[in-house]
Amino acid sequence: MKWLIGIAAIVVVLNGLSLILGGGRGDAVNAVGSTSIQPFAEMLAQAYEGSHPDLYVNVQGGGSTAGLQAAANGLAQIGMCSRDLTPDETKEFRDIVIARDGLAIVVHPSNPIEGLSRDQIRRIFAGEIHNWTEVGGPDRPVRPITREEGSGTREAFVKKVMGKVRIAREALTQESNGAVKELVRNDPAGVGYMSLGLVGGELRAVDVDGVAPTSANVVAGKYPLVRPFLFVTKGKPSETAQAFIDFVLSPEGQRMIENEGLVAAK
Amino acid sequence: MLAALSAVSGLAIITAFIFKEGLPIIAKVGLGDFIFSNDWYPTEGQFGILPMIVGSLEVTAGAMVIGVLFGLGCAVLLVDFVPPRPVAVIKPSIELLAGIPSVVYGFMGVVILVPFIRDYLGGPGLSVLAASIVLGIMVLPTVTSISVDALQAVPRAYREGSIALGATEWQTTHMVVLKAARSGIVAAVILGMGRAVGETMAVIMVAGNTIAVPHSILDPVRTLTSNIALEMGYAAGDHRQALFATGVTLFVIIMILNTIALAVSRRRARRAPFTRARLFVEDMT
Repeated sequence: MKWLIGIAAIVVVLNGLSLILGGGRGDAVNAVGSTSIQPFAEMLAQAYEGSHPDLYVNVQGGGSTAGLQAAANGLAQIGMCSRDLTPDETKEFRDIVIARDGLAIVVHPSNPIEGLSRDQIRRIFAGEIHNWTEVGGPDRPVRPITREEGSGTREAFVKKVMGKVRIAREALTQESNGAVKELVRNDPAGVGYMSLGLVGGELRAVDVDGVAPTSANVVAGKYPLVRPFLFVTKGKPSETAQAFIDFVLSPEGQRMIENEGLVAAK
Repeated sequence: MLAALSAVSGLAIITAFIFKEGLPIIAKVGLGDFIFSNDWYPTEGQFGILPMIVGSLEVTAGAMVIGVLFGLGCAVLLVDFVPPRPVAVIKPSIELLAGIPSVVYGFMGVVILVPFIRDYLGGPGLSVLAASIVLGIMVLPTVTSISVDALQAVPRAYREGSIALGATEWQTTHMVVLKAARSGIVAAVILGMGRAVGETMAVIMVAGNTIAVPHSILDPVRTLTSNIALEMGYAAGDHRQALFATGVTLFVIIMILNTIALAVSRRRARRAPFTRARLFVEDMT
């Protein structure tokens, strides 16, 4: 029994120490929000900490809306949001575009389909197209894969493609870019939408309205499905938060963003 | 005493909080519309959770069919037909299954089970069937180990008496031992069911999460727990409250299931324990 108490005491002391030491580790900036931005923000934070050893950036996911809430109640200096702000939100927050991202329409690599028009994509996700032959593909069923209600990626997709039309309730729902990718990679009938920067080599992103989903086309403004990646602050950002934002917008930060398949903000 | 009190009061606070957050939206939408409507469009203010209720019940029922069939079968085999030495190895290894994190089960489901169902049975693979199988495997250790304990607790005299009266081993098992161990087995089923209803991560990964009432076991499905976990990160205002209300519904469903199961086992227990087993033994004499 005594040794148990001893161990408990040691654990408590260690926890306390780590808290004190952690608190002493320069100023921490919390960036919370979109899981689409998270991997890029983590990479940027790592590079930033490398060049500023006294500063510390803590990146967390949770979703665009959660990021805005965290920024609103002061839990995070920076909220990360992967969609346009609503008019109400624009009044409440300051937003800085750190990058732009294409929304890729992805299919299984064995699917020979070259491209889809936005109208065809809308009808696929509305559940009106049931077989790939209806859009010039092979004879197999169409299985649309969507994201959960409230996801920044979903909201951007709804805004750019669906308009007022609802996504069919029969659409499979996955909770992250990674899960959509895993599903489409394995399902010859699947079609999904995800961040262009995260597509990788195992899926095929199809042309949309005849435009290939490449960074060049996103930069040139030709590719129709583009959304901003935003850093959002409530009022004027703190000095440390501003320093991190400056780093992200610096030529070095923007170059890293481009290397990862996103499109620079400017 | 203090520990017991703090556990109970913790439970009370959680319950009160869930109901406080969830009830206003049920009142606003109306109980009937909330429970019996098919339309879940939370950003447009439509909160109908019927597909999720049906989904949870179907997946749980499927899981219990698989879990109880195999779990109970395994328990009977271990207690009555396998010599003690192998049992000493097999039982702990089944219990070890309970220690595997649920994401691992989900991942195995996505990588192995889902493609198998898609290729050989049709449909998208992510389905009621996949979720039921994964959950069925997850409840196996609970059902098996508690059933084994219940079966081992049946007095030796019952078995010996039955065998001595000329019953075969199988007759002894299903007419005497299983009946005598009934309340323990019901407890095993209740605990397994609790785990199946509440499991979230593995189900999100293999169920497909569509908001439609499934027409066949190959259709995808969304459960109440998945609904909360999927949308919680983004939800605000009414939507957030509706997710708490989903939690309230889940709470009520679990209470109802437990009450039914408890009532069933208690009624049997009151009617003189082991009556039928005893009658059977008396019949034979």
